[in-house]
Amino acid sequence: MNGHTTCVEAVHYFLQQIEQDKHLNAWVETFADEALSLALTLDNSFKTSGKLNGSLHGVVVGIKDVISYKGHHLSAASKILKGYKSIYSATVVERLLAEGAIIIGRQNCDEFAMGSSNENSAYGPVLNPVDNKKVPGGSSGGSAAAVKADQCMISLGSDTGGSVRQPADFCGVTGFKPSYGRISRYGLIAYASSFDQIGIIGNNTEDIATLYSVISGPDEYDNTLIPKKDILHEVKKPLKIGYFRQAIEHPSLDREIKQSFLDFIDELKKQGYLVECLDFELFNYVVPCYYVLTTAEAASNLSRFDGIRYGSSDKKNITDLSSLYAINRSKGFGQEVKRRIMMGNFVLSAGYYDAYYTKAQRVRQLLKKKTIEFFDNVECIISPTVPSPAFDLNEKLRDPIEIFLADLYTVYPNLTGLPAISLPFFTHSNTLPFGLQLMCSPANDVNLLLFADELMNLQTNRKN
Amino acid sequence: MADIKDKYEAVIGLEVHAQLLTKSKLFSGDSISFGAEPNTQISAITLAHPGTLPRLNKKAVELAVKLGLSCNCKINEYNAFARKHYLYPDLPKGYQVTQHMHPICTGGFVPVRLHGEEKSIPIHHIHMEEDAGKSIHDLDEDYSYLDYNRAGTPLVEIVTEPAMHSAEEAYQFLTELRRLVRWIEVCDGNMEEGSLRCDANVSIRLKGETQLGTKVEVKNLNSIRNVKRAIEYEIERLIELKETDQPIIQQTRSFEASSETTFAIREKEEAKDYRYLTEPDIPPFFIEEEYVNGIKKALPLTPLETEKILQAEYALTSYDAAQIAADKPTADYFFSVTSFTQNYKAIVNWINGPLKKWGNEELISVEKIISPVSLAELIDLVAADKVNFSLASSKIFPELVKDRNKTALEVAEELNLLQTNNTNELDEWTDLVINKMPDKVQEYKKGKKGLLGLFVGEVKKISKGKADPAAVTTLLQKKLES
Repeated sequence: MNGHTTCVEAVHYFLQQIEQDKHLNAWVETFADEALSLALTLDNSFKTSGKLNGSLHGVVVGIKDVISYKGHHLSAASKILKGYKSIYSATVVERLLAEGAIIIGRQNCDEFAMGSSNENSAYGPVLNPVDNKKVPGGSSGGSAAAVKADQCMISLGSDTGGSVRQPADFCGVTGFKPSYGRISRYGLIAYASSFDQIGIIGNNTEDIATLYSVISGPDEYDNTLIPKKDILHEVKKPLKIGYFRQAIEHPSLDREIKQSFLDFIDELKKQGYLVECLDFELFNYVVPCYYVLTTAEAASNLSRFDGIRYGSSDKKNITDLSSLYAINRSKGFGQEVKRRIMMGNFVLSAGYYDAYYTKAQRVRQLLKKKTIEFFDNVECIISPTVPSPAFDLNEKLRDPIEIFLADLYTVYPNLTGLPAISLPFFTHSNTLPFGLQLMCSPANDVNLLLFADELMNLQTNRKN
Repeated sequence: MADIKDKYEAVIGLEVHAQLLTKSKLFSGDSISFGAEPNTQISAITLAHPGTLPRLNKKAVELAVKLGLSCNCKINEYNAFARKHYLYPDLPKGYQVTQHMHPICTGGFVPVRLHGEEKSIPIHHIHMEEDAGKSIHDLDEDYSYLDYNRAGTPLVEIVTEPAMHSAEEAYQFLTELRRLVRWIEVCDGNMEEGSLRCDANVSIRLKGETQLGTKVEVKNLNSIRNVKRAIEYEIERLIELKETDQPIIQQTRSFEASSETTFAIREKEEAKDYRYLTEPDIPPFFIEEEYVNGIKKALPLTPLETEKILQAEYALTSYDAAQIAADKPTADYFFSVTSFTQNYKAIVNWINGPLKKWGNEELISVEKIISPVSLAELIDLVAADKVNFSLASSKIFPELVKDRNKTALEVAEELNLLQTNNTNELDEWTDLVINKMPDKVQEYKKGKKGLLGLFVGEVKKISKGKADPAAVTTLLQKKLES
């Protein structure tokens, strides 16, 4: 914010933007009155004291509808949480508010963050602001679309296998998933607990870094946070960058995306960077391993939604205990969520457990080991974010397997806990944007953000 | 039937759930105090609201280590939790968090006394887990009620090896275990309130066989005595089945206290698939040797070790030792009193007599009634024949309880209760009694020597207990024989 705009003006502006592009369906609900009144308080406080109310004074934020905000509705874009209001605030929400941010509303997404197109929402699909016939990506589709359409300054999404980076790629904005354990998950509705991270979608890495510094760090309410400090590690110049041979040679990679990526590698070499092609024999196991483990955790995490203590319950038709579970859960959950719960329960069931769950856990261990070797050799790894640009609405609804492939490059950081960011680097001949994914070793988030900025500048200069 | 029974050997294993004496729940800050209004100890975490995460209670870990060490277990360095899934309304998350694969303690044993001999009951493992809430089905015809106060309460499950062979053995083990958990303050041991719960696995086999028979699991045992009764019933039932060539089915049975019988509630075929999942929200944690050693150093002797010391070093009988070591405060009190008097047997008698009686009537625990030094003074006063036990307990003791600043001697003097050997007084009192009962004197002289006690008693009465009974007896004998 420069000193010329008041917080109230800013909130009015974004509310107007939201209203104007209502058809995008990026928001489930705006907190207009509350946001305006908070903006007024901030303005008055600034007028009287001459001081800003924290490092995010007046920053207008949207939050994905999977993050708890006390006293506000929370639904995970699902019918099963119809009418539910949070009784506490997520740690990230408390930290945002404490630094003067204004939460302007909650954003549409795939139900329980499961999906790559934002078509699995109880509130209907979100449209891509770049081309309204296209999907915005998912599951944080509303959060990416809102930033692209200038409906808020920055968004909080969640990323279990690419849910922040993939929609950022489709919409042409920047999406950052920190290392596993950098941002408290307390208050984030769990999809797959050992993969989930709250991520940030913004217009540039600088905005993202500012927000990140506020919401990351230790929290007694999340036992899975990294104790290691988030600091800048010195790196040898020239920077050594890796990419995976198997990623580039994958048959589902769009030709034009591949070419742009390879051109960029040439440019990096020209600029004096050391670029190395890495062999990643396990590459084809990444997506299956991801789906076995995330569906197992999802089936477990979603067991709590039964309509008994909260959420919607069809009291009229329930006759006994098993009908309670059958009716509430069948009516409450959408198709994709049910598919993943069934898959998860299948891989965890006696007789299949070792063949799927145990084996996938072993693959994950191998991936982690291999990752350490990669980063012994290179400072960061790049790849396309998604193998193809945004697809048409309804185009892939019937083919879940094809939709799973949209996650080809993004699930690897979640399996191994790496920080990763999607940068809006390229434009396709069909005018759609697509991104470059940059990854660093686990817990090296500050370095990642700096490299991201460096590469972004390089790419901008190259275009000009 | 007795001969038939002799052919068989029962094999019994117990699974004991003990509620840990923490202030808050295993994964949240909610209180776990017993008897609170329903659904008052429930935060968003307990109710499994969307987005909540568990926070591990370190005190629970400490108490589990304490118990493991007292049961001679190995404390495992690597610890992890898993989710055990089943759907039931009193289980808020739809899974129970438990140490499925990586329990905190393995191995170990608890020594118990059985028919006068010591026997070690081997422990398989002890693991931590959270409790579920409570479903109440009998308050309303159409609805069930749910109380989530108990949900998330920290428990340890103590699993024995199938190594007990009689209901009596199981009874002794549980009694000893309850005394132990109370002694080291990891659980209040209250079976009625459910802070200690026991399931019994029972099977039978022909003596000499090494393979285990098909087992049944008996649940709903809310007292140690019921555990014994249920096992006795099950053993008889299984033998009866075997003897009449009926199949024994692996099943879960419930004990019905009113009829002292058990009935089947679930068959093995209905066994659930719990779809265990590594708990992703609580990273594995490591218990370091240094930490364990710190807890070990602060551990008290076990009750059984204390009993042995009481017998060896304080010359108590095994019965007295068991009485004193029934609970730790009593044993500690005993040892405190021994700093002031060496009259150990008298300490036992005072504790088991006047102190327990007072404690029961006034609802106060034994060690809180009078100070160790006061009790020692009183004991020594009696031992020195300055007051008799009866006056000491009925008159002086209550005064000492009321006024903690007075010594036993001061009270005895104030109440004029000190015994006397003064011959003049004794002469006077004995003459008075002899003159009062000429008939009895005649009978005595004719040979009814048993009447001496009556005369001594009368003197005691007249002297209000001040007369030294030994001196009175000698004097009376002298006078009556002359």
